[in-house]
Amino acid sequence: MRIKLSIKNLTAALVLASCGNNTAQNLGENLSENSSYQETLLTQLIDAKPGDVITVPAGTYNFDRGLSLTVDGVTIRGAGMDKTVLSFKGQVSGAEGLLVTASNFTIEDIAFEDTIGDAIKVNEGDNIVFRNVRTEWTNGPDTKNGAYGLYPVQTTNVLIEGCVAIAAADAGIYVGQSKNVIVRNNRAEYNVAGIEIENTQGADVYNNIAVNNTGGILVFNMPNLTQYGGDVRVYDNEVYENNTKNFGHKGTPVASIPAGSGIVVNSHDKVEIFNNDIRDHKTANVIISSIFTSNYAEGGMEETFDPYPEQISLHSNRYTGGGNSPDGLDLKALKTAMFGLKGKFPDVLWDGYINEKLESAQICIQDDVEVLNADMPGGNKNPRVEGEPFACKLEPLPAITLASVE
Amino acid sequence: MRILGCLAALFLATCGGQQLNPTFHADENPTALSAWGVVNVKDNELALGKDVLPYALNTPLFTDYAHKLRTIWMPKGMSAAYREGDVLEFPIGTIISKTFYYPVGSDGTVLKAKDSQPVTQNTGLNLTAHKLIETRLLVRREAGWEPLSYVWNADETDAKLTRIGAILKLTLKDIDTETDFNYVVPNINQCAGCHAPNNTTREISPIGPKPRHLNDDYVYAGGAMNQIDKLIQIGFLGETPKIRPRNAIWTDVSETVEARARAYLDANCTHCHNPVGPADTSGLHLNPENKSLPHLGICKNAVAAGGGTGGRKYDIMPGEPENSIMIYRMASRDPGKMMPELGRSLTDKEGVQLLEAWIAAMEPVCE
Repeated sequence: MRIKLSIKNLTAALVLASCGNNTAQNLGENLSENSSYQETLLTQLIDAKPGDVITVPAGTYNFDRGLSLTVDGVTIRGAGMDKTVLSFKGQVSGAEGLLVTASNFTIEDIAFEDTIGDAIKVNEGDNIVFRNVRTEWTNGPDTKNGAYGLYPVQTTNVLIEGCVAIAAADAGIYVGQSKNVIVRNNRAEYNVAGIEIENTQGADVYNNIAVNNTGGILVFNMPNLTQYGGDVRVYDNEVYENNTKNFGHKGTPVASIPAGSGIVVNSHDKVEIFNNDIRDHKTANVIISSIFTSNYAEGGMEETFDPYPEQISLHSNRYTGGGNSPDGLDLKALKTAMFGLKGKFPDVLWDGYINEKLESAQICIQDDVEVLNADMPGGNKNPRVEGEPFACKLEPLPAITLASVE
Repeated sequence: MRILGCLAALFLATCGGQQLNPTFHADENPTALSAWGVVNVKDNELALGKDVLPYALNTPLFTDYAHKLRTIWMPKGMSAAYREGDVLEFPIGTIISKTFYYPVGSDGTVLKAKDSQPVTQNTGLNLTAHKLIETRLLVRREAGWEPLSYVWNADETDAKLTRIGAILKLTLKDIDTETDFNYVVPNINQCAGCHAPNNTTREISPIGPKPRHLNDDYVYAGGAMNQIDKLIQIGFLGETPKIRPRNAIWTDVSETVEARARAYLDANCTHCHNPVGPADTSGLHLNPENKSLPHLGICKNAVAAGGGTGGRKYDIMPGEPENSIMIYRMASRDPGKMMPELGRSLTDKEGVQLLEAWIAAMEPVCE
């Protein structure tokens, strides 16, 4: 039985009794607000006006719920990715650390740790900059970690530079369904996918380091989405030793990536991969595949989707090692059967799916490497090393220009 | 104690049962809910202001088994325009309110229970038997809809404006179980998580008062009546076609499982999962107009679900709810995995059961 009558009630009754302007003054104790930094930052984000720079001083701050920003033209700036740390270890609400639904957004010199879902998601927006941001799950690779570190999706004119992404259970740096993107000078490690460009039109990915992921750099095209990808250049990157066991969630596209994959192109058209250092990937330094290899149901695909990778160009890359211990029983057996116990896969692994409407696979390789056609369409019956079909050359893809890049 | 009670009664009595007139504040946001006069505490009841119309949705959004008192009010002489597949077009000055409350047990737990009786102009909500949590307003101003969120004080005398939201620790009591949960009052930015169903324009809008959600009876003070007819009768709505769309009542077992399931998805998912919504990034469109099987999730792989897949392959695996990502995410209570992402901490068990039945009845078609 709750006691309803108190002085407070009486006051309220008095106010009500006036029946006029009801601006009750006495509202009892506040249920919600405490004086933590969480409240300060939440309030700053809610009160933000275009042009605001929200500075977060050095220190580690704890959050139990996700942050969100809906105002255009805001910059969030910390004191450095190792000095200003937002920790979400105790997060009980919100599907990401920070959700931004706004344009002209910059976030820099700050770290997001241990978010329950994605770390920083920007859903639709123009002119987005991530600079010197760290996203990390501090317990290292773990299936229980959040999916994405830096996650712009359906964005245009995006710059991701100087960032560090560690231990995401999907992709450390993920750019989805976006246009005109530069991803440079970042480091991605211990993620399932280090850097993933998906359904994106126009992206330059360069000067990045991808190491110790399951797959280093992925360029993927997926069905049923608002746009399909094209014109992606991956160059001047250092991609090595991405041999971490796949800890992605079964059912996600990256869960089908074999550990030890360097650069992977899946069902994507117009990808130019050049001048990269790619080394020591136990499965293959480069994998080119169709969505048929990643367990899709045909009935689950829009008819407009093109499942074949086309106009893929590899040139001027440097390859070292790798192919010696592929992931998964099928690939292991294939390697042993074809190359012997001590042998290795060639640098490029191709699943062998060809668009029958085209004259060639439209995969052009100028590098001095061999290609293993795994003959997936033929049920692996006739796997073979091929060179000739790939002796073609494609026009270079255009460079990306961004206003945010001087 | 008794004297105080008498005093209070005396003051209340001076009002002579007169109702409060709602007030449209065109610019400022009063810190007290009572300043709007839409719902007010009176005689240990939450009562409606003058000319405030309560309404219900055929199939509502699940919010941790909270009960919801929804109301519409507009200034005298104003009326909304009918829009077939969309929210009614409300005039400037409209105030829509939604009060979240629970039946309450003697030990302070909140109870999982059905609505006992609808609130009407004559009958308020008994506050001995119910606990008020928050009241959210959508106010139609010149520039557009403004969302405001008020949290009730412990004494339930008034509610105070909150902009940063709150997490309230509650315990839900079912027949034989008690479950602790975090009831989350959204911050102002999070309102857009559901109330901006177009993620490009990002205009805030009500999402409930669409013809298909309203098209059924409500038991008013004067008896049961179709809600759209009632809106017309009191002058809140202009002309409408005779035949109007109608969503199923998801708990009405006399309707088909298909109709009930689609109505449930419509109310719980469509504000994000539509072709221009924030979740169009997933390619999963659960709006009632969608007829594409892949976009409905049938045999469709997840795009960016992360742990939300639960290790399952397709959003909907026909015939196999236990292998469908949709069911996993509806059942999950992990904020990083669950769907909807906002607005619940508990699992809607009955909702999950309905969707399971829907998927179980589908012909297997995935390879």
